[in-house]
Amino acid sequence: MKKTKSMTLNFGPQHPAAHGVLRLILELEGEIVEKADPHIGLLHRGTEKLIENKTYTQALPYFDRLDYVAPMNQEHAFALATEKLLKIEVPIRAKYIRVIFCEIGRILSHILNVTTQALDVGALTPSLWGFEERETLMTFYERASGSRLHANYFRTGGVHKDLPTKLVEDIGKFCETFPKIIDDLEDLLTENRIFKQRNVDIGLVSKKDALDHSFTGVMLRGSGVPWDLRKSQPYECYQDLKFKIPVGKNGDCYDRYLCRIEEMRESIKIIKQCIESLPKGPIKTVDGKISPPNRDDLKQSMEALIHHFKLFTEGFRVPAGNVYSAVEAPKGEFGVYLISDGSNRPYRCKIRAPGFSHLQAMDYLIKGHMLADVPAVLGSLDIVFGEVDR
Amino acid sequence: MIKEKLKKIEKLVNSELSSKISGSEIVFEELLFKTSTNEIIEVIKFLKLDERLKFKQLIDIAAIDYPNEEKRFELVYLLLSIENNLRAKISIRLETNEKTQSIVKIFPSANWMEREIFDMYGIRFINHPDLRRILTDYNFKGHPLRKDFPLTGFNEVRYSEKEKKVIYEPVKLEQNYRNFDFSSPWEGTKYLKEIKETNKK
Repeated sequence: MKKTKSMTLNFGPQHPAAHGVLRLILELEGEIVEKADPHIGLLHRGTEKLIENKTYTQALPYFDRLDYVAPMNQEHAFALATEKLLKIEVPIRAKYIRVIFCEIGRILSHILNVTTQALDVGALTPSLWGFEERETLMTFYERASGSRLHANYFRTGGVHKDLPTKLVEDIGKFCETFPKIIDDLEDLLTENRIFKQRNVDIGLVSKKDALDHSFTGVMLRGSGVPWDLRKSQPYECYQDLKFKIPVGKNGDCYDRYLCRIEEMRESIKIIKQCIESLPKGPIKTVDGKISPPNRDDLKQSMEALIHHFKLFTEGFRVPAGNVYSAVEAPKGEFGVYLISDGSNRPYRCKIRAPGFSHLQAMDYLIKGHMLADVPAVLGSLDIVFGEVDR
Repeated sequence: MIKEKLKKIEKLVNSELSSKISGSEIVFEELLFKTSTNEIIEVIKFLKLDERLKFKQLIDIAAIDYPNEEKRFELVYLLLSIENNLRAKISIRLETNEKTQSIVKIFPSANWMEREIFDMYGIRFINHPDLRRILTDYNFKGHPLRKDFPLTGFNEVRYSEKEKKVIYEPVKLEQNYRNFDFSSPWEGTKYLKEIKETNKK
């Protein structure tokens, strides 16, 4: 028999299936992967360092640029952390608006992930259908915040602006039509022979290993651990809403796909409930030392003008202390460990990105699989380099 | 509700590991234990394996730089117990060149987190299987998240048309980075909630 020599293969950083700028050094024995060594940091922008040098208001937009697939979910974690330090309560309407947009973010992210995962294993159509819906959702982002991606909408103490009434109606209409699209996607994929061959029993994760590797979100639930921060440690108004947490059985790529599909359906239910019971009232805290005054007041009131000037130059001061606050972002637990020294800038802001721990487990997940399974596993990890590299 | 649970755990850990824990507090419904580098492995092992605690998930490790203090660095381990639905923080302090124990053997996911801290702060971990830089560029020098590292960095990268390759050169800024100090010497009016609180009293 001829002896084979192991081979080292450089995968990426410019590879479409690498979902961004991942450089993966693979050691291959024939077609079997022996070892995977991800090299990350090609998109490192030093977000944490930059945040230390900016006021709290200026720091917020950096969070849009982390996981740029679901921007508002990231902002949410930072807003919650500052609010916790400031000990302020967000008005009820703002809570509902936040939940609506968090769930829109979740759908945005899951559509992208499910369809590109399909694309990685050879199905082109889902991504074409899915991206059309993403476009609609991003229009909602635009109508609320003025921008499709980098929203900067969840400000400390509430949200930036109230929703236009027509927008709420349109989101409601979208909730009626979107389940049909999920059905269509499922028709294409769920029972598809090729899709199943490529995903079932690939990238298996046991319960214990999922915990040991710090998996959160779908990666953890796919392995059968019923854990979702929206249920277990509810924030905003999640405790008043009815929704289910889909949990997988086997912990393979296919189960994770099914979880994501079900989560999109649950998200639609949450949005519907929020729209039905959307309360009236202010959309940001009335404390003039934290939230800026209305545009109209600026023309009339000297006090408002001074407040506006001070808030956008000095910013507000946050009492000293350290807090960790986390949200259930589409990809898992997104947390912010915020340390304030009492000044107008964060002393330290550690960002806990779910993708970082997920990608770390790449070596464990891929060992013993075929080379062709690398994109499938990578796709089901749901990584976005904006948040992995920070 | 959470506070009571946390108090119970605080008591339990303090009594079981009395010699290893140098302090604990509950602020903002978050539990923090203080310990030292020599004890960190034992403390984390206990928190992970004890049947009553089950802090089975390492969420993150955060490093903080306090350049003016004697023990310059602080490491905060964030743990999560899914069974009890609780979080805990463990903090240790380190001097500038002090090494600390790696916890990769207890939590495999600590591997990259410790690499990141090594990269960003230059803190070394004993018994770490593969302590390389992770986020910064190949051949990068310095530890960017230290407070004495300038925000603009030292080198900039561009593609040189002349040399037909990517080159590194010292940072040249058209305009210096402006760091305004807006903090006012005047004490303004109070925050709404402070006024409310004083009225209550």
